[in-house]
Amino acid sequence: MTVAELSDLFVWSAATALTIALVAYSVELARITEAARAARQPVTVGAAPGGPADPGTGATTGAARGGRAAGIARSTLVLGTFLLLVGIVLRGVAAGRWPTANMYEFTIVGTFCATAALLVVQRRRAIAFVGVVVTGIAVLALVLALNTLHVQADAVQPALQRYWLVLHVGVAILATGIFTVAFATTVLQVLRAARAEGRSHLERPWSRLDGLRQAVHGARVTGPAFAWLEQVPDARRLEASAFRQHAVGFVLWTLTLIGGAIWAEEAWGRYWGWDPKEVGTFVAWVVYAAYLHARTTRGWAGRRAAYLVFVAYGVVLANFTVVNLFVAGKHSYSGL
Amino acid sequence: MSGDVPHGAGGPSPAPRSAGAPAGYHPEGLDDAFSDGGEQHVPPTGGTGDTGGAGTLPALGVVGWLRWAWRQLTSMRVALLLLVLLAVAAVPGTMFPQRPQDPAAVAAYLTEHPSSGPWLDRLGLFDVYASIWFSAIYLLLFVSLVGCILPRTRVHLQAVRGRPPRTPRRLGRFPAQGAGTSPDAARVVVGRTAAVLRRRRFGVPAFRVDVHDEGAGTWSVSAERGYLRETGNLLFHLALLGLLVAVATGQMLHYRGQAIVVQGTGFANVQAAYDTFERGTAFDPADLVPFTMRLDDFESRFDPDTLQSRDFTAHVTVTEPGGEPTARTVKVNHPIVAGGAKVYLQGNGYAPRVTVHDAAGEIAFSGAVPFLPQDQVYTSRGVVKVPDVSGDQRQVGLVGYLLPTAVEPVPGLWRSVDPQPTDPLLVLSVWSGNLGLDTGVPQNVYRLDESRMEQAVDDAGDVVTLYVRPGQTVELPDGLGTLTFEDLPRFVALDLRHDPSLAWVLTFALLALAGLATSLFAPRRRLWVRASPAGAQDEGPGAGTTVVTAAGLARGDDVGLQPELDRVLADVLGAPPGPSHGTTGPDAPQEDTT
Repeated sequence: MTVAELSDLFVWSAATALTIALVAYSVELARITEAARAARQPVTVGAAPGGPADPGTGATTGAARGGRAAGIARSTLVLGTFLLLVGIVLRGVAAGRWPTANMYEFTIVGTFCATAALLVVQRRRAIAFVGVVVTGIAVLALVLALNTLHVQADAVQPALQRYWLVLHVGVAILATGIFTVAFATTVLQVLRAARAEGRSHLERPWSRLDGLRQAVHGARVTGPAFAWLEQVPDARRLEASAFRQHAVGFVLWTLTLIGGAIWAEEAWGRYWGWDPKEVGTFVAWVVYAAYLHARTTRGWAGRRAAYLVFVAYGVVLANFTVVNLFVAGKHSYSGL
Repeated sequence: MSGDVPHGAGGPSPAPRSAGAPAGYHPEGLDDAFSDGGEQHVPPTGGTGDTGGAGTLPALGVVGWLRWAWRQLTSMRVALLLLVLLAVAAVPGTMFPQRPQDPAAVAAYLTEHPSSGPWLDRLGLFDVYASIWFSAIYLLLFVSLVGCILPRTRVHLQAVRGRPPRTPRRLGRFPAQGAGTSPDAARVVVGRTAAVLRRRRFGVPAFRVDVHDEGAGTWSVSAERGYLRETGNLLFHLALLGLLVAVATGQMLHYRGQAIVVQGTGFANVQAAYDTFERGTAFDPADLVPFTMRLDDFESRFDPDTLQSRDFTAHVTVTEPGGEPTARTVKVNHPIVAGGAKVYLQGNGYAPRVTVHDAAGEIAFSGAVPFLPQDQVYTSRGVVKVPDVSGDQRQVGLVGYLLPTAVEPVPGLWRSVDPQPTDPLLVLSVWSGNLGLDTGVPQNVYRLDESRMEQAVDDAGDVVTLYVRPGQTVELPDGLGTLTFEDLPRFVALDLRHDPSLAWVLTFALLALAGLATSLFAPRRRLWVRASPAGAQDEGPGAGTTVVTAAGLARGDDVGLQPELDRVLADVLGAPPGPSHGTTGPDAPQEDTT
């Protein structure tokens, strides 16, 4: 077995471990939902040792302290992150260079950054929902990378032979990973705020598509399926946390732009040339900047600013997938 | 939800700011409890809503309208709108081919879409980033930025010179709270607090501190830190402005050209030597530094299995005006500087050297002709034009391919299997007639204008194809003469670029980054501590003690505010730092252990 094959094996193992983490986080989320439901009915104080959930502060006692599933989720997350790290290091050894040269490597390193950021964010308090979102994206990304983006571990063309491959691409991957966790936090913030305010588009009749509305009515954020939301921190705290993550991500994204410009100046003879990838990075930067402005603009803070995060993260994902695979440009390094 | 104190919550106006403090400018729509100082915000006339001006039209007048328009343009809401517009406007540039990047693709698009193409062209969609609407958006954005940042800079400069705001009468409405008692006199407690707050970090006092005697034995401390936060914010925006100016200056002063240099020949830095040349309006081509460069050798290395490129190195001799010839190497990613211009290795290929004798036996053409690589194995396409035939003979054009390592898998079908020249072969078809070089219309040297030429065919009517290896001489059909394939030198495609603004662009970009990081991570905090004799308050816990109350306010979300207040109180009162005192907003430490 070659080192490259060993690396693939480790990445597969990481995907497996993260799948278990995903299942465990989902079980944990379901358990919290049940506990929250039970807590609403004061009579049923039974198996769940939970105190009543206080929807106002989000502070909880026993019910959400984390059961066996939370422990499994945490340990498999640590295991998966570690296996992935080994897989990445072996990949670099097999290729004889820093492993961030093509889409496959970008994806596995980015996934590593996302799970590592999740570990950091969850070190003080585990939020099952964020765990579900991030491990879900991580598993999807890893399997996709192994099945469709995988290319042979090899040296790279002269344009990529520079230490900027480590700095520029490494920082871009790190920023993407942090934006992923920040995105999950923002989704949670919007859901939490919607539930706290009892606001759901599924509660009001839709004029012509009302049949569709009734079909998905069970998934309304104000319904029992989202009772677990009362266990998470309130929207203000989630917003503050998401902002801090976005602030770190935004600074790194700026560094990606500047590093990319310096490298482009050396490799392509211009620091900025409106290459599709440059445009995508610029657009994401501008939308994140709009988010940072929006959250201090009266009438825009909170939910509306969060919508800008959704757009910006969508641009980040499209910039990685669509621009790499379907748009011809100077950043076409997918190797596919 | 932004973590700021809601406007209009808590009505009491704080104690007036110290004398000389500016009347806090802030852009329309900025939600910032910190610069508001907790004052109740009174929306300026006509500035609250999108249609706000309509109702007060008669009172405004021209100056009023201008003032209103300026306030709108510099408002947060418009800045936000312009940012989103800028993002949206940048997208079409990736959907349509762009003229500066790929003019051929634009031409192809226009041919394929004869009806919609010209309209898209008129709308500037083939050169989005130089279009009027894109420029309008970013210029408006920068005008908005200037209108917002300059007054804020003035306010900030005054704030930096000013003193912390006096202790507000009521401390209960701030996001961070603290309280305690001390056996010491109020004045002693306050003095100790000031000393704690003035402790040095990294050689500078952490807080700027004022002590106030509020009368009746009550003393208070007001303290402020983190002026760097706003400094960073302003630096970031001003650096963006500098970046724009630097880029624009570079556009005016730059030049860029492409030149193809064949192994063994030289290049002189004059405009005529370039294949393509473009320059900024402020650059005079007479200012080109006349250095010369000679391509001595070129090395390429490929992966033996995948045939992907691994290394390109051009060995050149550069002679600056008045200087000695010096040997240099140019590699991808490693440009050299010559004559004030950066020289990049952007492409390479083969330039077969051929000699054509015409029917009279005269040398009609002799030289190396660059053939452009079309694929990974350097199947290269090129044209040999032979206009200078003697007498009244027909001009000759040879079109075809160079195969660096030729194999014949099927009889009559040749292809290259390796980019290295292990077994080169020229495969050419022959045209004769008028090359059309003297029509005055500029011609592409890599294309043959076949309109007035005729392709050579054999007796059976099949097209004649010549196969020539280095050193071989073949007869041209129809008695046109002979062709000799002498040898196979390399060529390199060089980009030369001069842009004196590069250092400025980088400086402003790094300043922007530094400002951004500072403005996001440096905390800006105000702390107030008041100490009053217990007797002064009716329900004091005991006579002879001093009641201490404290409060803190931060700009934006700041998880460290309450812990810092707790630390200060603990140091002053000697009590262990307890959990957060009082209620807090999002800034409380997260004590939950879910």
